[in-house]
Amino acid sequence: MTQYVGQAMPRYGGIGQVTGTTKYVDDIVLPGMLYAKCLRSPVHKGIVRKLDLSAAEAVPGVVGTLTAADIPGQNLYGFSGDQPVLNNEHLRYKGEPIAAVVAVDEDTCMEALEKVKLEIEEQEPVFDMLEAIKPGAPIVRPGTTHNLLEFFPGVTTRILKLGDVEQGFAEADYVFEDRFVHNVQDHAPIEPHVSVAYWDAADQLVIHTVSQMPYFHLRYLQPIFNLPLSRIRYVGGVIGGAFGAKNDIHADHIAGLAALKFRKPVKYRWTKREDLSYSTKRGAWVFEYKTGIKKDGRITARHIKQWHDTGAYGALSVYAVEKCGMFAAGAYHIPNILVESQIIFTNKPIASSMRGFGVINGQTCVEVHMNKIAEAIGMDPWELRFINAWRDGDQGVTRYTVQGAGGLEAMKKLAELTGVQLPDHLMAMSSRRR
Amino acid sequence: MAYVLHPTGNKGGGDPSHAVIQLKPDGTYVLLIGAMDLGQGAPTILRQVAADALGVPIEKILVSNYDNLLPLSVSTSGSRVTLIDPHAVVNAAEDLKRQIREWFAQQHEANPEDVEIEGETVYVRGDRERTVMTMEQVAMGAAWGGGYEPASLIGRGAWQPGKYHAHDPETGEMPNVGAISFGAALAEVEVDTETGTVDVLRFAQVWEVGKAINPLLVRQQINGGYCIGAGFALTESCYPYFPSVEYAPEKMGDYFMPTFEDYPQQMIFGIEEVPHPNGVQGAKGFSEGSASGPPPAIASAIHDAIGVWITEFPITPEVILRALEAKQAGVES
Repeated sequence: MTQYVGQAMPRYGGIGQVTGTTKYVDDIVLPGMLYAKCLRSPVHKGIVRKLDLSAAEAVPGVVGTLTAADIPGQNLYGFSGDQPVLNNEHLRYKGEPIAAVVAVDEDTCMEALEKVKLEIEEQEPVFDMLEAIKPGAPIVRPGTTHNLLEFFPGVTTRILKLGDVEQGFAEADYVFEDRFVHNVQDHAPIEPHVSVAYWDAADQLVIHTVSQMPYFHLRYLQPIFNLPLSRIRYVGGVIGGAFGAKNDIHADHIAGLAALKFRKPVKYRWTKREDLSYSTKRGAWVFEYKTGIKKDGRITARHIKQWHDTGAYGALSVYAVEKCGMFAAGAYHIPNILVESQIIFTNKPIASSMRGFGVINGQTCVEVHMNKIAEAIGMDPWELRFINAWRDGDQGVTRYTVQGAGGLEAMKKLAELTGVQLPDHLMAMSSRRR
Repeated sequence: MAYVLHPTGNKGGGDPSHAVIQLKPDGTYVLLIGAMDLGQGAPTILRQVAADALGVPIEKILVSNYDNLLPLSVSTSGSRVTLIDPHAVVNAAEDLKRQIREWFAQQHEANPEDVEIEGETVYVRGDRERTVMTMEQVAMGAAWGGGYEPASLIGRGAWQPGKYHAHDPETGEMPNVGAISFGAALAEVEVDTETGTVDVLRFAQVWEVGKAINPLLVRQQINGGYCIGAGFALTESCYPYFPSVEYAPEKMGDYFMPTFEDYPQQMIFGIEEVPHPNGVQGAKGFSEGSASGPPPAIASAIHDAIGVWITEFPITPEVILRALEAKQAGVES
């Protein structure tokens, strides 16, 4: 018998958060704990010509430094597997970690970072993705000839299609087009990125993390540390907000490497300023929408093009762009859909997952587009949606079948709650049948 | 208005969760599941599901959800936990009850099919008087042995919404989607045509979530989603002077997230339930989607107020003023 499911119950453990007794990762302080800070790229793009850490190492209180040479395993990680942990070659964005200093406290780390002798040959960056795909644009990834991400070798446009959009446009009475531009958004959780790492009595590397996806992140961390899972204990906790920011590792690799090298507990945390400036983002997006529609309001075709700025590395952008594409035509029965997607590298910080991956971006476009169409054809925006809304058994662009549809029911409830009087023929509609 | 969707579960399926429920020696339970809590309440709802599946008071269940000693839950992302993890929990509870029946049958020389578990009471059907034990006695007997056979009463469960299906390289075909939730939103705004600022006066958002395991948390998610969506719609930008990137916000004071001051004077919440065939009791995730409703609803309300369609986000005061100037100059924005 159902007893608890369906009940409005307060958050489990929530009392600790409202009374201030919950322990977050940054609350962990261990005897003899050291702190790490990263030397970050001061330029948007450039080549490291000289990196001399000796003066930094000589600062009293500094225990040592970390560079790419200290990594026991591979100096690459991330969902796309293209991000260096510490990069002392071709820098791709301002704030990219080059090396780290480990000291008795953060002030000492900061003092030591100022003593690093760093010489960089600065190069011309590119920030606007639509500029980055023009011939002759600065190349973000060394050793490549263009700035487009390849979904497969040689394939830079991901196609998702259902039916035949050209035929659908031919059947339409009207065709409408729109272009949308979305700027870059930060997750800005209250808790910045932080990690504490140490060796326990069983010679296991313990890492206290704020990860949203620990098992994925272990798959990034293991090859960096070159340790089997039996020697890593990855402990999460109550996370102070994430919104997708913590689907990417920001601190665990650095804290872990420092603990590996110095055999002491190490805390590495980002400042809020570092977080806002250099962490992963919801990337910039440009969309073009084209819709064919009959006089009676039925949509015959929708063609969407999207360009996504992934910044300096791939991260979760492929996933976000494909997910956006799968749903960007909206929750509508449309027999002919074509979605063409490109992902472009620029010298901005890395774009990755943020609340809703790319779905929110696509939904924003399609719904403004639908309201513009309703106005243009002189149809009530509710009616336009009711006519086209998914029913059970309808198919999306990648041939997924809609089950348990509830769009009409949600709209009817909205009308009821806001005092909108919908005509009887709309109220009679149901997601169970067309 | 806006009518939006949100897919729940990772793209293409193949994203399982695993759960373990251990009967402790005093008749309480520990639910082990690696579902991180970002503040959204994964352990809260999973504990509700476990209490129902075991038929015991919720206070008897402790949830431990953060450590790689615990069973894998792929991630707390993609609004996947509410769709997927409850299945793992229910499967673990059923497995545990099966083990309890077997152990109990062995102790009483009965058939496991004849063993009845009524919440915290266990007995052999037709022989209740002689065989009845409390779950505490069962737990103690199995854990400590003594006059009983010891047994590790630990239930296991795993579930995913279908095997992973990669996109077809040519058509993009990927038929596997765990579930889709649906939202509808309506905004009323006031635009100051002198300063370009937008004040959202009233905002309504309804989500069809299959089954609201915890309506309080659903409401809180809609509330939080409004803030992220309204920030995306109106104020938040890492590069307010793009294409120049030289001025970028460096502290919360220069990155304009909505605060209580920006909250609408009236907020209307709605929950609709169309049970989904893939969900435990019909439940599916939706949370991220609650940020989808505000941007198009607010942009459309702005058009209603000032007669200009704006397709650039965020719709900052500068964007509004430029659009109004363009309208005045007779040029379509």
